[in-house]
Amino acid sequence: MNIVVCIKQVPDTKGGVKFNPDGTLDRASMLAIMNPDDKAGLEAALRLKDETGAKVTVVTMGLPKADDMLREALAMGADEAVLITDRRLGGADTWATSSTIAAGLKKLDYDLIITGRQAIDGDTAQVGPQIAEHLGLPVISYAEAIKVEGNSVIVQRQYEDRYHEIKAQMPCLITALAELNEPRYMTPGGIFDAFDKEVTVWGRDDLTDLDDANIGLAGSPTKIAKASDKVRKGAGEKVALDPKESVEYIVSKLKEKHVI
Amino acid sequence: MDFTLDKKHEMARQLFREFAQNEVKPLAQEIDETEQFPRENVEKMMKYGFMGIPIPKEYGGQGCDVLTYVMCVEELSKVCGTTGVIVSAHTSLCCDPILTYGTEEQKQKFLVPLASGKKLGAFALTEPGAGTDAQGAQCKAVEDGDSWVLNGSKCFITNGKEADIYIVFAVTDIVEDAKGRKSKKFSAFIVEKDTPGFTFGTKEKKMGIRASSTYELIFQDCRIPKDNILGPRGKGFGIAMHTLDGGRIGIAAQALGIGEGSIDATIDFVKERKQFGRPIAAFQNTAFQLADMKARMDAAKYLVYNAACTKDIYTQDHRTSYSIEAAEAKLFAAEAAMAVTTKAVQLHGGYGYTREYDVERMMRDAKITEIYEGTSEVQRLVISGAMLK
Repeated sequence: MNIVVCIKQVPDTKGGVKFNPDGTLDRASMLAIMNPDDKAGLEAALRLKDETGAKVTVVTMGLPKADDMLREALAMGADEAVLITDRRLGGADTWATSSTIAAGLKKLDYDLIITGRQAIDGDTAQVGPQIAEHLGLPVISYAEAIKVEGNSVIVQRQYEDRYHEIKAQMPCLITALAELNEPRYMTPGGIFDAFDKEVTVWGRDDLTDLDDANIGLAGSPTKIAKASDKVRKGAGEKVALDPKESVEYIVSKLKEKHVI
Repeated sequence: MDFTLDKKHEMARQLFREFAQNEVKPLAQEIDETEQFPRENVEKMMKYGFMGIPIPKEYGGQGCDVLTYVMCVEELSKVCGTTGVIVSAHTSLCCDPILTYGTEEQKQKFLVPLASGKKLGAFALTEPGAGTDAQGAQCKAVEDGDSWVLNGSKCFITNGKEADIYIVFAVTDIVEDAKGRKSKKFSAFIVEKDTPGFTFGTKEKKMGIRASSTYELIFQDCRIPKDNILGPRGKGFGIAMHTLDGGRIGIAAQALGIGEGSIDATIDFVKERKQFGRPIAAFQNTAFQLADMKARMDAAKYLVYNAACTKDIYTQDHRTSYSIEAAEAKLFAAEAAMAVTTKAVQLHGGYGYTREYDVERMMRDAKITEIYEGTSEVQRLVISGAMLK
C-alpha cells in the first residue's frame, strides 16, 4: 500500500507573526513547525506502515526551508519526501495550492492520501477536500480514527455530538484531526538517516499537468485586502454605579455604538 | 576549527530537548522526592533509541556519534540529573566495553538487546574497600570447569537493581614482580540478572540523583559461563580504565546539563522575583552573576564536545587517545556545575533553599559529578601525569 501524506510548514505560535507588504505571510522570517493536524496525519500513516508495511511518502509545497520539516518526517519514519518549490508558485491561496499539489500527486503512486484537516495559519480546511476534487477521489474529512480493511478504509468522522463511521474504497483522501493520535518522537538514528536521504525537489516545470492560470498569487482567486496583527484592546472604562444605573449606562453606550 | 553544529545535530538536540521538556521535566521533582526509579520514562527512551545512540546499527544501536549521545545526556540532565546518569551509565559503562572488547558472540547476545532498548546495563567496579585504589578490591573470580565462580560484593552501582546486564570486575590472578611484590590482576565479566548467587544488598540513600537506583551487588558462589569473560584474562584493569575514560565524557555531559539547567531556572526566577519594586534581574549583581555562570558553562561545553569529538575520531582510528580530553572535560564541567548551581541557589535566595524550586535539587545533583567515575582529584592526576611524564 502506498500512502502519501501532505504536510505543511506553519509559523510556530511561540514566535511572532510577520506579513509581506502584499498582505501574505512572511514565511521566510518566522520560526516554523509541522502543522499539528498534518503531524497527526503522518502518525496515522506511520501506524498503518507499522501494521501493514505500507510505504509512506510525504509531500509539501513551500519554501526551500521546508526541507527541515521533510527531514523531520523522514526521521519519524516516512520513506520518501517530495518538496514542491518554485518562486512562481508563491502567494498561492487554497485553490492554487490544491491545484499544484494535485498536479504533484499525479506523478506519485497512491492508495491513500492523508492531509491535515486545516493548517493553524490559514485555518481554511479547504486544501484537503480540494485536492480530492482535483483528483476525482472520495474524501472523508475530520478523521478521529482510521482503520484499513482490505481495499477500503473505515474512518470515524468527528461530528458535533457523535461520530460517523464511513467506509470508502481506496484510492481516497482523508483529512486528519490533531486529536487522532499522539505523534511519535523522531529517533536519533532516524535523524541521521534522514540527512543521508535524498529529498525529491520539483519546480513548476516538473508539474506538467498544471495550468499556469491556477498557480501562485496570480492564479489565486482569493485576494487579501488587508492583513494586520491583532490590535490590542484599550484598558476599558470603569464606572462605579448602582446596578440600575449601570444597566442604563451600558444600554446607552451600546446605543451610542449602534450595537443595539 | 568549526564550533557550529550541523543540521542533523541541531535536529537531534531539538528531539532530546522536546523529550526532556515533555516527558522528563514533569517528573523530576517527584522522583527526587520519592527515590522512585523512572521506569516508564526509561522504557520510552528505550523505545525511541536513546539507549544505544553511539552504537552501530548492526549491534542494535542508532549508528550516531558520541557527540549526539553527549547532547542527549546534556539535554536530559538540564531537567533531571537522575535521568541523565541512567543513560550515561548504561551507554558508556555497559554498552561501550562490550562493543570495544566483546567477541562477536557477546555482542550479539548482550550488546544487541542493550543497544536496542530491550535491556538495561550497569557497571560494577567499586567495592567497599576499593574506590580510587583498585588494588583494594576483594571480589574474586575462580575458574571451575566451564564456569567462573564469583565471590564478593560491589557498592554504589548505578542502575543497580534495575539493570539486566552487568559488567563486573573481579580479581582472577595474583602476580609477583621480580622483587617479590604481589599485585592483583583483574578480569571483566558479563553477568546477567537472576544468575543464582547474585543478589542485591542495601540501597544507598543519596544526597542527589536520588532516583537512580544505587545498590550494593552481592556475589556468593555465583557461577557464570566461561564465555562471559570480557576481553583477555588479567586485562580487566585496563578495560575498566578505558571504559571510564568514555564514562567521564558522559558524566561531563551530565554536569554540563545540570549547570545549564540551573541557569535556565534562574533566568525564569529573576525575571519574576521582585525586590525593592523591580525584578531582581534588573540589579547589576544578578546580571553579572548570570553572565559569569553562562561563560563558565559555555567553556565547559566546548571541553565536553571536544572530548566527544575526540572519542569519535578514536572510533575510526584506535590509536587516538581521548583520556586527557575526557579528564579535562569532566574536571572542568563538574566543578563548573557545582559552582554554577550554588550561585543559582544564591540568586533564588531563601526560595532556592526549599524543595519547591528545581535549583535546590540541581545543586545536590551536581555534587556527585565531582566524585563518581573518577573524582576531580583523579582527573587532575590523569591530566598532570600526562604533562609531567
